[in-house]
Amino acid sequence: MSHTGADCREIFARLSEYLDRELDPGLCGQIDEHMSGCAPCEAFLASLRATVDLLGDPEPVELPDDVRHEILERLGRLRG
Amino acid sequence: MATRRLEDLTPETDEALLEAVQRDEPAAFERFVERYGGRIYGFGLRVCGEREDAKDVAQDTLLQAFQSLKQVAEPKALRSWLYRVASNACLMKRRRGKFEPARELSLEELMPRLDGDETRDRVPDFRPLPDESASREEVRAGLRAAVQDLPPHYRIVLVLRDMEELGTRETAEALGLPESTVKMRLHRARLMVRQRLEEQLA
Repeated sequence: MSHTGADCREIFARLSEYLDRELDPGLCGQIDEHMSGCAPCEAFLASLRATVDLLGDPEPVELPDDVRHEILERLGRLRG
Repeated sequence: MATRRLEDLTPETDEALLEAVQRDEPAAFERFVERYGGRIYGFGLRVCGEREDAKDVAQDTLLQAFQSLKQVAEPKALRSWLYRVASNACLMKRRRGKFEPARELSLEELMPRLDGDETRDRVPDFRPLPDESASREEVRAGLRAAVQDLPPHYRIVLVLRDMEELGTRETAEALGLPESTVKMRLHRARLMVRQRLEEQLA
């Protein structure tokens, strides 16, 4: 794959599938090869990967006590 | 000294918990609320953005679970079943809100210029550093804002896939969408969040 804008655009459209390993091995290999020779695409991919990593580490959320209490109370009513 | 049984030391699996709920074992559903309540509430908060909506999503989902869990035949399907119910509760909230057409953005609108090495300098490394809590908080706040700014039909896909870690197929089933639509919306959502973080943290 060459390093024309058209190739970059085509790869740009598939970057999430590439990160999620949802592409067939042939296309993955082509993207690997492109990345090794295209600094802007490589840098962009690194920042997209960092974004996905950050999203995958969300702040833990606890069920607030008042919500838990309300749910268990409604549950009690349902049970009769 | 009291002897502790092996099962007291081993965390209850989802399968065992589901079976306990289905057998109407005392306190089983309370354990179910403990296990899934925070997760479903957090999902509602990330998708709907409002505490009151998240509270309704958690209540609706858990009470529906209480009434319907006996029909979940396959324990492995429990997680996707729960997220399907919770997603529907979130979508109902949206329908009650203002009408927002689910327009798909074109990739051209989200594509940066890739025509030179200056892009490398322009893209910051916003991975948080473990020892810098202020910086980590800044990143977390930026991420929260970026996710909330997404169009709702992109946000729900991103939350399910990247934050709740459902697979493409599970997400498609939860939302009643083709897998290709899930992939397309996820990619656009990630690009928008990346762009927003870049603007905020550069």
